[in-house]
Amino acid sequence: MRLDTVDKQLINHYQRDLPVCERPYLEMANNLGISEDEVISRLTALQEHQVLSRVGPVFEHSRAGASLLAAVAAPPEHIDSVAARINEAPGVNHNYAREHQFNLWFVMTAPDEHALTERLDELEQRLNLPILRLPMVEGYHIDLGFDIDWEALP
Amino acid sequence: MNNQAAQTTPQTSNFLFDTEAFSAWGLLRLRQHLEGGLPLTPRPYLELAERTGLTEQQVMGAIQHWQHQGLIKRSGLIVKHRTLGYNANAMVVWDVPDIQVSQLGRTLAAVSFVTLCYQRPRRLPDWPYNLFCMIHGVNRERVLNQLDQMIADHNLGGIPHSVLFSNKAYLQRGGRYVSNS
Repeated sequence: MRLDTVDKQLINHYQRDLPVCERPYLEMANNLGISEDEVISRLTALQEHQVLSRVGPVFEHSRAGASLLAAVAAPPEHIDSVAARINEAPGVNHNYAREHQFNLWFVMTAPDEHALTERLDELEQRLNLPILRLPMVEGYHIDLGFDIDWEALP
Repeated sequence: MNNQAAQTTPQTSNFLFDTEAFSAWGLLRLRQHLEGGLPLTPRPYLELAERTGLTEQQVMGAIQHWQHQGLIKRSGLIVKHRTLGYNANAMVVWDVPDIQVSQLGRTLAAVSFVTLCYQRPRRLPDWPYNLFCMIHGVNRERVLNQLDQMIADHNLGGIPHSVLFSNKAYLQRGGRYVSNS
């Protein structure tokens, strides 16, 4: 999808501070000088084309439940099937392949610490691979709402 | 409000259900719905209200309260960086002496192209690294140049590190703490 100036403005202005009022898209429209319908149809298109995963709140992980970063060293020839099994486990998000002996990295979430441990133990058994468990000790910067560098993009 | 009157003449609705429990359940449902994103309709909060048995005012009030509390850290357009062309995502991990890790974490967090930065425990002997930072970049070469610049700017040459580029995203979605319990 080719983004035009208005799409980029929407992204530049509204990665945070989405209005909380009866007609939030109307307020955004007024700020950008377009119609409410246009805001809604642009957001819908951006979502359909996977430019946006959604419009809405990001919950703070440490307050919204328990989570940790986990990794496994999957045999390279089986990485796809191991990844698929990880994806099936309850509470998993952000599963990435990375170039390292620990080649699959994912975030496991659960309503509380006890459930988190249970989920990891269960997955460890299913995979028959030890899971590296790396809970956050201290966060210095945890927000993916950074300014998009449009100039650098292809 | 007249408390005495409330105590002596219970409202008829209390015979049907406990209103407080009903709205607690509604708030939990609201969290679930919000994790999936706002409806793209003119009155999204009203639509969420109808789905959760709350009023539109209660929905907006709950969201503002959660923002104020810090349970919601931001609210807006959630970008999928890969679709935009951020194709090189590097997790850079460092083995920093414990006594320096907090200070270095704060320093690296302030670097403009560092998008995430946090401390995690070592798991010896498999995993010696205790500081993580993420660079979301357009391509590998550019990210490696940014990393070199960071090492030079902050005298990190003596700190063992490793760069883990991601070459495939098997799953990328927001945390769903409530939905799949």
